[in-house]
Amino acid sequence: MGALLEIDNLQTHFFTSGGTVKAVDGVSYDVNAGETVAVVGESGSGKSVTALSILRLIPKPPGEIVGGEIRFQGKNLAFCSEDEIREIRGRDISMIFQEPMTSLNPVLSIGMQLTEPMIAHMGMSEAEARERAVKLLEMVGINEPRRRVDQYPHHLSGGMRQRVMIAMSLACEPKLIIADEPTTALDVTIQAQILELMKNLTRDLGVAMIIITHNLGVVARYADRVNVMYAGRIVETGVASDIYHRPRHPYTLALLKSVPRMDRPRQAKLDPVDGQPPDLTRLDGGCSFRPRCKFAIDKCAESFPPLEEMGGQHYSACFRSKESLAEIEL
Amino acid sequence: MVTVSEVQTEAQFEEVAPKKPWTQIAVDLSRKQPLGVFGLAIVVAMIIAAALADVVAPYNPLQEHFDSMLSGPSEDYLLGTDEFGRDILSRLIYGSRTALLVGFVCAIVGSTAGLVLGVASAYFGGLFDLMLQRILDVFMAFPLIILALAVVATLGPGIENVMIAIILPFIPQCARVVRSNALAIREIPYVDAARALGFSDARIILRHMVPNVMAPYLIMLTTFLGQAILLEASLSFLGLGVQDPIPAWGLMLTNASEFFEGAPWVAIYPGVAISLSVFGFNLFGDSVRDVLDPKLRSR
Repeated sequence: MGALLEIDNLQTHFFTSGGTVKAVDGVSYDVNAGETVAVVGESGSGKSVTALSILRLIPKPPGEIVGGEIRFQGKNLAFCSEDEIREIRGRDISMIFQEPMTSLNPVLSIGMQLTEPMIAHMGMSEAEARERAVKLLEMVGINEPRRRVDQYPHHLSGGMRQRVMIAMSLACEPKLIIADEPTTALDVTIQAQILELMKNLTRDLGVAMIIITHNLGVVARYADRVNVMYAGRIVETGVASDIYHRPRHPYTLALLKSVPRMDRPRQAKLDPVDGQPPDLTRLDGGCSFRPRCKFAIDKCAESFPPLEEMGGQHYSACFRSKESLAEIEL
Repeated sequence: MVTVSEVQTEAQFEEVAPKKPWTQIAVDLSRKQPLGVFGLAIVVAMIIAAALADVVAPYNPLQEHFDSMLSGPSEDYLLGTDEFGRDILSRLIYGSRTALLVGFVCAIVGSTAGLVLGVASAYFGGLFDLMLQRILDVFMAFPLIILALAVVATLGPGIENVMIAIILPFIPQCARVVRSNALAIREIPYVDAARALGFSDARIILRHMVPNVMAPYLIMLTTFLGQAILLEASLSFLGLGVQDPIPAWGLMLTNASEFFEGAPWVAIYPGVAISLSVFGFNLFGDSVRDVLDPKLRSR
């Protein structure tokens, strides 16, 4: 079976007065039907821009997809017409945003916001859509769905709003859901509930999901495969357990070390990634992680290391990945 | 267990707030916004006068009484008569029809057109926004009355043309205010969320953004009501608006300008009518703004 979504050498640049920002610079990954793929990286690594590029929601100007292909069920979304992409948005690919507090329109009732895409995309009648809205709310674990459909977003807590967002994203039975840091704005206790809910629903309904996050705990528990992004490129990709237990790229390693872990003896202090992410207007030809990398060698300045196979489906973009990173010792 | 008790408390809350009778609401409102209610009363009185003009007015406004031309206020003619012996009170009452028609049509059409243009401008941004704003700048560069004069001069006098002349300068004013509000709305994720759900631009603008800029829209609308009446009076006064013998307040002032030294009532009462109605609409408009603007609400 071919991949549901294939991103091939995507390049999304922002043309600003300060220079061209290569927010996404040659990213390739694919998502199979029913699979959960995580995209990990710190702020500004291009993970959100990649996701927004899939639905062509990049504000233009200044942003523009300048190269590459995004093939969804064989159709190239990167360069199809505005009408074609609108058909796909919400219908085949839906999106869950980071901020549940502001992702719902405050002046429209929950029911109206839930039924609107169903009426627009699936040609449902208002009554049918309303019935389905109640079912969806029930499905995402909201009590008294029949009362809730007539309420407004300010009646709901953040966690409940994110549940409503999930219900909205599922409304038109999409094939792919893109979740852009879906739990960042929520309490830790609610985060787990929401993620568990998303995992269960996508598994039961056979929906594929791209989950964008900087939380490696999320990755370990909920993703099948992981792409680690840094400065607009994928630096490591592989099955979640490989990335977590056998990281090959110094950046992934640094990320893992910077997170407190319950399964290790308590460290005196965390080991953050030193330095700042690079200025994306001023990238030289070499590895963009080089200035912050403990393992950097002269060769790193010469060219950007390509993704190399590490065995299995595991790829890493580092000249030293093949060397035994013995001292890594997590 | 928790959910059960939650449900109970919420149910109790709903019982605690029973529907107030409308008289109680009116009393509450007039205590909170006394001036606004006063303004509203003037507006309502005007509307009733206009609607029931045939019943309320003592004379036919066009009927000329040549035996009592320019006679002062008396038992027969409560506010006196004009130079043709027409009853001023009746002409004022019928004139309120013209004033209200122009006021409401111009305010509603002008601010609604401005609303849609302003939100669209903010939503699309880029070149569309730039071009539209520059065009609106051109309109804003003219003083209101000059622009209206130009329109009437081109299209000729008459009530429809007067309305066009008044609407035209309203559109950019409202569009400007609405746009600045809509720009802030544009940045809130639910607009992007609506785009991600595959809605058309028109749907996002009309259904998702417009309801969020209702407050500035209504404020502009109520402000325009008074302004439109004043503008109509000005244009009629300059002879560019409603034509004789249709009763209109501005027109009455024009005719009065020749006689007011000897018969001040021909100028005073139409003037009072114009001032009072504009005053009423403005008071009402201010209250609407106070109620709708959350920053002022707490006071």
